[in-house]
Amino acid sequence: MVFERDVEHIAGLADIGIVKEELDEFTIQFNRILDYFDILDTVEGDCVYEQDRYNVLREDVISPSLSQEDALKNAGETEDGFFKAPRVM
Amino acid sequence: MNMENMTAVPIAGSRSEQSAGYISQAAGSPPHPEADETIIGLEVHCQLDTATKLFCACSTDYRSDGPNTHTCPVCLGLPGALPKINRKAVEFALRVAKALNCEVLLESVFSRKNYFYPDLDKAFQISQYDKPLAVGGYLVIEGDKGEKMVRITRVHMEEDPGRLVHKGGVDRARYSLVDYNRAGIPLIEIVTEPDMRSPKEARRFLNKLRVTLEYLSVFDSDKEGSLRVDANISLQPEGWFDREKKSYKGRNRVEVKNISSYKGVEKALTFEITRQRNVIRKGHPIEQATRHFVETQGITTASRSKEEEQDYRYFPEPDLCPLRVSSWVEQIDLPELPDARRARFIGQYGCSPNHARTLTGDLKLADFYEKVAGNADPALSATWVADTLIGELNYRDLGIGSVTPSHIIELVNLVKSKTLTDKNAIDVIRAILDGILQKQPAETPSQVVKRLDLGATDSGIAPAAIADVIREQPQAVADYESGKKEAFMFLIGQVMKKTRGKADPAELNAMLRDALDGRGQ
Repeated sequence: MVFERDVEHIAGLADIGIVKEELDEFTIQFNRILDYFDILDTVEGDCVYEQDRYNVLREDVISPSLSQEDALKNAGETEDGFFKAPRVM
Repeated sequence: MNMENMTAVPIAGSRSEQSAGYISQAAGSPPHPEADETIIGLEVHCQLDTATKLFCACSTDYRSDGPNTHTCPVCLGLPGALPKINRKAVEFALRVAKALNCEVLLESVFSRKNYFYPDLDKAFQISQYDKPLAVGGYLVIEGDKGEKMVRITRVHMEEDPGRLVHKGGVDRARYSLVDYNRAGIPLIEIVTEPDMRSPKEARRFLNKLRVTLEYLSVFDSDKEGSLRVDANISLQPEGWFDREKKSYKGRNRVEVKNISSYKGVEKALTFEITRQRNVIRKGHPIEQATRHFVETQGITTASRSKEEEQDYRYFPEPDLCPLRVSSWVEQIDLPELPDARRARFIGQYGCSPNHARTLTGDLKLADFYEKVAGNADPALSATWVADTLIGELNYRDLGIGSVTPSHIIELVNLVKSKTLTDKNAIDVIRAILDGILQKQPAETPSQVVKRLDLGATDSGIAPAAIADVIREQPQAVADYESGKKEAFMFLIGQVMKKTRGKADPAELNAMLRDALDGRGQ
């Protein structure tokens, strides 16, 4: 069971501001998602991931990287080739 | 393996001692933090020296390039980009696990560690959590009371976050600039048990670990920021710390983050001990907290981050398959490691234990020494490399790589054949290194000897020099004759000045004494 204070805490971790009405709505949605997991838990039998998929590896060979210009294309703000981000303490 | 029997760490004291300590402190008698045991554990992050990043094919050789020039959709965390594990990084990590005597788990899994911070473009770091690559090893270090074993809790792989730049200093900048060139560089995290008992032991552990990783050719400590350390430290009344249960019956521990140099570890921990002692002395409790090391000031400051493990919401990385690599370990041929090489230097070259430790304490230095020792008197070479050359290099902030082995071979041979006195050999080294500093064309020792006229002569010029000095310094001679020992040192100094260090000092000493003592008879 998720309570409003849990949602507030998670929103804080993700640095997302939410208002009171959203809090109610998110709390309901969180609980609905968790209910689905309860349903999944009732499924019988082996539900582990595919056992034959492991050690999927690549060789240590360099491929060209994006140009600085392309790398920064989606950035809201940039400065001197850097992404510019708000200070997080 | 039974670790308990193989260690020099004292086990917690008896029950009665513990409760007695507790009662007396609770009753308000003054605490004695100086007598407390210092309990230190480390988390060490090292960059693995692969050509490409952990989950993408971007080059790791980013240090001399501009920001955000070594990125791709994977390491920028763009939607839909899929990571793929670098085989070399896994092999390197396994080498480390084997060298640290760890057990590699049959299956290990990458997990997402979620936190919101500008250095993580995806808002999660791909790391390992409940199924790390390897667990339960050890590394033997030179402890405060002889050799001791520091237990390794786990070794796991993860990606490096990006790098933040704060213009105008970290205190004043109003925003962060982010460079993702470093994001995705393969890291290995090595977590120790709280087995170190002083900042010095912590530094020794780090040094030993660094050398070991270099011997394994998986790590380059010369690269800036290639090693970062978090340290846990607490001060516990003797006997309160239960080593097996790792329980802190006494005081809370503090985690110090952001240590990025070998010296920094000792500095940060020494500061933290003093700080905690002051808190205890005032009768306040130690809060379990995370603190930040400020390298430039040598202090730790309270950090506001209060994120707890559950806040990271770890879960298995759905885009990566598990690793099953425990069977690879047998096929790994470990190279000769520092302890074995040290023993060999003592046996094969007749190095003193101290010289052997110094010489094998750095891979490049050890390789350099072996080149010299193969072509000159090995024991004499050890003295010249370990005692003189290193000091002169450090003084000039030069690395061993700036010197050519053939020059030191020639120098040692000149000393061995008494063509060069010890004193003038030092001058030759200094002249060569100064030349390197000033970027002059390289000079061989013989060239320096010739240019500065430093070659040893037979003692032929000595008698004349001694006679001159005795004539020129009547006061000092009189002082010597009246029994003043310092006068002899002064006179020998004058003689050496005249012979310009080219005569053998021991011989000069005897000759001057004979000359002085012979006068009265």
